[in-house]
Amino acid sequence: MDSKFDSSNARKHEKIGFAALTALSTLTVLPIIAILIYIVIQGLPTVTWEFLSQFPSDGMRAGGIYPAIVGTFYLTIGTALFSIPPGIAAAIYLSEYAPDNRLTRIIRIAMINLAGIPSVVYGLFGLGVFVIFLQFGTSILAASLTLSIMTLPVIISTSEEAIRAVPQSFRLISISVGATKWETIRKIVLPQSLPGIITGIILGLQRAAGETAPILFTGAAFFLPQMPQSPLDATMALPYHLYVISTQVPGMPIQIQYGTVLVLLGFVLSMEILATVIRSRARARRKW
Amino acid sequence: MASKPRNSINYGEFTITLLIRTAGYISVLFVLLISLFLIREAVPAFIKIPADSLFNTRWYPIEGMYGILPLLTGSLTITIGASLIAIPLGLLTAVYISEIAPPWTKEILKPLVEILAGIPSVVLGFLGILVLSPFLRETFNLPTGLTALTGSILLGWAAIPTIVSVSEDALNTVPASYREASLALGCTRWQTIWGVAVPSARSGIITAIMLGVGRVIGETMTVMMVTGNAPTMPDGLRTIILPIRTMTATIASEMGEVANGSDHYQVLFLIGLILFIFSLVINVIAFQISSRRIKRSERLLS
Repeated sequence: MDSKFDSSNARKHEKIGFAALTALSTLTVLPIIAILIYIVIQGLPTVTWEFLSQFPSDGMRAGGIYPAIVGTFYLTIGTALFSIPPGIAAAIYLSEYAPDNRLTRIIRIAMINLAGIPSVVYGLFGLGVFVIFLQFGTSILAASLTLSIMTLPVIISTSEEAIRAVPQSFRLISISVGATKWETIRKIVLPQSLPGIITGIILGLQRAAGETAPILFTGAAFFLPQMPQSPLDATMALPYHLYVISTQVPGMPIQIQYGTVLVLLGFVLSMEILATVIRSRARARRKW
Repeated sequence: MASKPRNSINYGEFTITLLIRTAGYISVLFVLLISLFLIREAVPAFIKIPADSLFNTRWYPIEGMYGILPLLTGSLTITIGASLIAIPLGLLTAVYISEIAPPWTKEILKPLVEILAGIPSVVLGFLGILVLSPFLRETFNLPTGLTALTGSILLGWAAIPTIVSVSEDALNTVPASYREASLALGCTRWQTIWGVAVPSARSGIITAIMLGVGRVIGETMTVMMVTGNAPTMPDGLRTIILPIRTMTATIASEMGEVANGSDHYQVLFLIGLILFIFSLVINVIAFQISSRRIKRSERLLS
């Protein structure tokens, strides 16, 4: 009998295969836990209130990372300002207005391309357009605008998915009692899809907050003795600061590096966890 | 009767609809702007610098040598190395999560993969410098741990979440009836996975691989920090344990210091344009493959 159809042999194959895949997946994923634990252990002793609230001193080899934390905050807020309104509007267009035709297909291809463009190319674009052509200089404004374009496809696609998930009957009922299309969107569709939209926004901003390459030449400063005074000033930022202290500063104390990694990871991962919590709570509460 | 207030609302409605319709095309606008701008800044490089100098093996911008071949091969080396790690591990993990894992394991594995996706690339680079590269240097007795191998391992690992989540989605959309039919014929689950589920999810899996590879090519900070940044030509299989330099790292490390409009500036934009075209090609093909799948599933849903 052909061994392929010999069931005892096939069962044995299955057992070995399952065991191998279990081991392999565990090995793929286990280092993530190991790394997180390692960073927390190495970084936690450094992360004190002084570390979070002081300026770097002694050529960044001592002191804290306060300006980098605040800078990342500024950039994240700037990115939110520029990416959320057009992102949601584009998502509404794609889910509520766009006909199924060639033009819409072009929009979708463009979105996928926008999501796939290397982050350093965004940096080039930001440098050319915002820093030089529009003369914003290396500034929070230029860096936020660059990050916003990068964040747009994430916000658009997750928001569109959330809006599409609202049952069609909700819209039909609203229209049938005399509401206009926009009233329906504003009063029925958007409130119902809000948790999904917020999840998408946080995930997009989380990605922006951790990026270094797009802000390298559009707004990140190596070191600043004082806080940025206006959106037209450059700023320090956590990811760029980590890059600087791990490659550009000789004799950098390793504890400060681990402390900075821990703060950056804490910032980024807490946003991710927040997004996950909002999503799962909304799913649990959903009545449709 | 109620026509008057209705009219004022319609005026607002008209404006808002116009805004929404305009915003719909914002992605197209930006892709066009980015491509036009890259072309505008890169084309002078083609005119000013002779082709045999551009497609040369020496990258020494200080002496006016702009041979981009070592950068192209550097990116290629890293992409192949990382793909060899990411594709098998990513696909097998996706198969495990979607087909084999008991629910509680799934609940642990999926968030962990998402966390990996959320780790900033500069953090991976940092870990590469401090943990992985000393380890590789001692294990293989190398003069430096900052090599193509270090970059490939980190990038391969960083690309795993993309491959896992896209191919897991693809596996999940395979109708349960396919698997049930196979099991009913007496196949084991193992045979069903490789004989039915994976082949049915083929187009999604190919998309996953392409998006993963696209992510590797475009990755910047990690490679800049851990690959040693030496613009050298590949030297057989040994290349993997030598320092190299990618296109992305070149732009990131040199753009800060060049004068606007100089030859060097334009060549860096040319490299950016090449990267842009790579990602364009990869994503358009991935879109074509996956949209066929979407059409099929949309028919099923409607």
